[in-house]
Amino acid sequence: MNWLTILGLLPLIGSAAVFLLPREKEVLAKQLALGISSLVAVAGLAMATSFDRGVSGFQFVEKYSWIPAFGINYGLGVDGMALLLILLALILTPVVILACWNEAEGGRWSVKTFFALLLILETMMIGVFAATDIFLFYLFFEAMLIPVYFLIGGYGSGERAAAAVKFLLYSLFGGLLMLASIIGLYVVSGDQLGAATFDVSELQKLSLNNQTELLLFLGFFIAFAIKAPLWPFHTWLPDAAKAATPGTSVLLLGVLDKVGTYGMIRFCLSLFPDASKQLGPTIIVLSLISIFYGAFLAIWQSNGDIKRLISYTSISHFGFITLGIFAFTAQGQSGSILYMVNHGFSTAALFLIAGWMIARRNSSKVADFGGLQRVTPLLAWTFFIAGLSSLALPGLSSFVSEFLVLVGTFVRYPVAAVIGTLGIILAALYILIPVQRALHGPVLPGNENLKDLNLREKIAIAPVIALIIAFGFFPQVLLNVINPGAQASVAALNIEGDK
Amino acid sequence: MNVTSQMLVFLIAIPLFSAALLLLGGRALDKVGHIIGTLASTAAFAVGVIEFLAMLGRAPENRAVTQPLFTWIEVGNFNVGATLLLDQLSVCFVLLITGVGTLIHIYSIAYMSHDKDRRRFFAYLNFFIAAMLLLVLGDSYLSLYVGWEGVGLASYLLIGFWNQKPTYATAAKKAFIANRVGDVGLSLAVMIAFVQFGSVSFSGVAEGIEAGQTSSLALNTLGLALLLAAVGKSAQFPLQAWLGDAMAGPTPVSALIHAATMVTAGVYLISRSHFVFDAASVAQLCVVIVGAITLLFGAIIGMAKDDIKKALAASTMSQIGYMILATGLGPVGYAFAMMHLLTHGFFKAGMFLGAGSVMHGMNDEVDMRKYGGLRKYMPITFATFGLGYLAIIGVPPFAGFYSKDKIIEIALDAGGAKGIILGSITLLGAAITAFYMSRVMLMTFFGAKRWEAGAHPHESPALMTIPMIVLAIGSVSAGFFFNMGDRFINFLSPIFHSGESGHGEKEHLLPPIVVSALALTAVAIGVSIAIAKYGRGKAIPAVAPSDVSLWTKVARRDLLQDEFNETLFMRPGQELTKALAVIDEKVIDGAVRGVGSITLDVASGLRKTQTGFVRSYALWITVGAVGILAAIAVMSL
Repeated sequence: MNWLTILGLLPLIGSAAVFLLPREKEVLAKQLALGISSLVAVAGLAMATSFDRGVSGFQFVEKYSWIPAFGINYGLGVDGMALLLILLALILTPVVILACWNEAEGGRWSVKTFFALLLILETMMIGVFAATDIFLFYLFFEAMLIPVYFLIGGYGSGERAAAAVKFLLYSLFGGLLMLASIIGLYVVSGDQLGAATFDVSELQKLSLNNQTELLLFLGFFIAFAIKAPLWPFHTWLPDAAKAATPGTSVLLLGVLDKVGTYGMIRFCLSLFPDASKQLGPTIIVLSLISIFYGAFLAIWQSNGDIKRLISYTSISHFGFITLGIFAFTAQGQSGSILYMVNHGFSTAALFLIAGWMIARRNSSKVADFGGLQRVTPLLAWTFFIAGLSSLALPGLSSFVSEFLVLVGTFVRYPVAAVIGTLGIILAALYILIPVQRALHGPVLPGNENLKDLNLREKIAIAPVIALIIAFGFFPQVLLNVINPGAQASVAALNIEGDK
Repeated sequence: MNVTSQMLVFLIAIPLFSAALLLLGGRALDKVGHIIGTLASTAAFAVGVIEFLAMLGRAPENRAVTQPLFTWIEVGNFNVGATLLLDQLSVCFVLLITGVGTLIHIYSIAYMSHDKDRRRFFAYLNFFIAAMLLLVLGDSYLSLYVGWEGVGLASYLLIGFWNQKPTYATAAKKAFIANRVGDVGLSLAVMIAFVQFGSVSFSGVAEGIEAGQTSSLALNTLGLALLLAAVGKSAQFPLQAWLGDAMAGPTPVSALIHAATMVTAGVYLISRSHFVFDAASVAQLCVVIVGAITLLFGAIIGMAKDDIKKALAASTMSQIGYMILATGLGPVGYAFAMMHLLTHGFFKAGMFLGAGSVMHGMNDEVDMRKYGGLRKYMPITFATFGLGYLAIIGVPPFAGFYSKDKIIEIALDAGGAKGIILGSITLLGAAITAFYMSRVMLMTFFGAKRWEAGAHPHESPALMTIPMIVLAIGSVSAGFFFNMGDRFINFLSPIFHSGESGHGEKEHLLPPIVVSALALTAVAIGVSIAIAKYGRGKAIPAVAPSDVSLWTKVARRDLLQDEFNETLFMRPGQELTKALAVIDEKVIDGAVRGVGSITLDVASGLRKTQTGFVRSYALWITVGAVGILAAIAVMSL
């Protein structure tokens, strides 16, 4: 069974079906999109049950020769990390569709197109994490931009066109650097292996001289650092997240940005181990800057725009993820991968709830809210829990990943870990300040009649909140999947002094 | 040796389940929420008592029981199980938390009866009980951490229970942030423990230290990290500023969380880590210093407060200072710290409930200048509060006499100049305590009526007075009971090895009877001054006089703790935030846009590359790059 291909094709077919519906059948288009994405989620979870947690290599492997002249294969397969990121995408897509039922109405194009684009995006997300051929990965990496570009530019708010273009240019710039590196690898592989190839496991056998390795590494790394985003490559994100609809932001920050950190592990570490080790300390420093820079700007936004606020918190969180990756320890690596998953859920919750708040109040300014706990208690509670997850409260999922990252970093870079730990104070500030402003205090004029969550919204957010709590106590369910691959990836770096 | 119990998990599960039920049940449970909540707390207490009796039935070396639940986190050699541990130390806490907790649940039924959110209040209380039990039952620093933050969250929710009032919401946030600073210490402690010993469980760390696996530098760092955590949670200097503001919470919360239990978690953490501090002399000395400073700091603030709850809060800070100081004095100190912790749990919770009872009868007035002569109108409150008062100032045979006297005694015995300094501080603290507590008594229950118009003080209902009476009985008898035949010390001796250090036979600086005499003299002086200033016939102005010494002014403003934090942290932080916001927009995003425009300019004939704008970006980028390179150089070392 070609599980991954089927999984990827389902939303694509669904997307075509949604697109072919008559323009005015809006509700049907939504229902169809929801039905298909739910089906895909169930299929994905069913597939995951037969995943073997004991081994580190790729599973559900598919490999067909695609363009033999260039040695390009259609190669798919997942390890624990890829599987969990795909599942994250599969769970969040129906959640987003249900949560953002009415957010396509203000768009430039029809409602059905919005949902068709979401489904196309789902296919791309599956593809990009499942690709084992580097050319195929690149294809998905770039193709992903197209639905996102239209989702932001066509359905967003404010300066949506400008934000979409900024997002596109940044990504294309990074993509070009990566393409150059991919071609470089291809050429070298032709010299060294006899036949040029794009197969990742083949490419790992290359021995590069230091100069070449550093250059090729940087091509990949900058592309991923833009995507992740790592300081100082981040300025596209707050603009994009502010302009995009909340649902788009969820997929953008929750899943698509993970391609950056995923790529660092999958490609940077495995293809360029020496360059990774050489530049590791540099990236550790950039990560620490990201943690604090993102946190301080989030605090700055705690009196500003709620969507920008959340996107800055994410920059801080991505700092933790890259910190863990480049600490090169089992705990750091597993922690970072777990962080990617947990951050997906907590950011999804924050963005969706913020989106509901904004839609109710017709404003995205934190200062316009106030006293929501008395008016819309359920909405306030869900926002609060999502916020607690973002500040990594022990007992919630993000704590485990953040702590693993820090302890994994401490083993190798104690100073960096101590500095990173100070970030948890800032996290409390950037969550509790907006919580106080928006949820506590007297009910501000204009908020008296806001409606609490309706049934659709409750159903959409309940699984996300449930997972945030459940993975706080039972992270081992995920860690068992993550550990073998993560440990293999660290072991492959052959760091001296490690047992 | 390895005794297990399947019941420990119920201690936590019952109140946790009840909290979830009360929150998710919504308005439908409004009528029964307080009953469910109280029953859950009572059930946890019952489980605690059963476990305690079972423990007493076993030989001293077999008294610890564990309950492994599941593997919580396992990555490589980092392995943390969700395992509960009940030993002589944690059982003291379990009984205190559930016992006093249940009394306070009962009290709250009446105290909160007019609040339309009473169900939510009981949900939070139950959640607190569950989290606090997890804190003391976790068998590793990481499981302790979950309870540690859980009680912090409960405290945040309860301080901000009436958060529609902005100052209350701010007080809640302040408490959380101060605790987060302490959490940095706890996080670091776990990391150090893992790197040094490959384990984060208490037993793993203890064994590692015993096996001599580590350096004294590492041990002292570990100790200081733990002390930072304790300082945050227990409102010790320099992270004490949140406790006074925390009095924004409903009074039963102040009694339970901010007097009897949560704030003493720091004492628990240090006592639990006795194996670290016994081997880390520098960290241990810092513990003593922190305790000594705080006990005076709190006492001085306590003298100047007119708000009855804030006076009691300052007193709590000071009394915990005594406990922390004791934990810094080695094996026998831990046990006496625990003893004072328990007796303090009785008398301070009792007095807070008394304060709540007074507020209940006085239209929620907290200003003692508007009280006066209440003893005739609230006899039970007066009597129970009075017994608590006698206990805290240390009049024999009330509880505080035994526990505080012991701390003064071991402080004097610390040896040399250290002993004399610590002894003097503890004696001075005892005198100040006697003064400010007498002041509270006199201003509230004696003297002329200074009530606001419309005040009709009356005794509180039985649901409130009964818990007060029970706690008063504890305030009277606990010290005597614990001290009889050194039974408390002996009970804890397998944990702290306090028996082995030969307490009792050791040379004393002063004979115990002399110490007691000194302490009683100090108390007598404090009480006398208070009577001279606030006693019969002395006028107490309704508004605090402003022509007071600078010293008093500073004490009224909590020794400038807020000004200190604002100047040192808040304002610089705000400036930095503002600067970074500008840099993000102008420099980083500007540089990107600049590169874009340069490209365009190059294309159109290199017209504008010389503009100051672009040059200033270049300058900023260079400055930043140099800084980053320096940081990388440090990291690579």
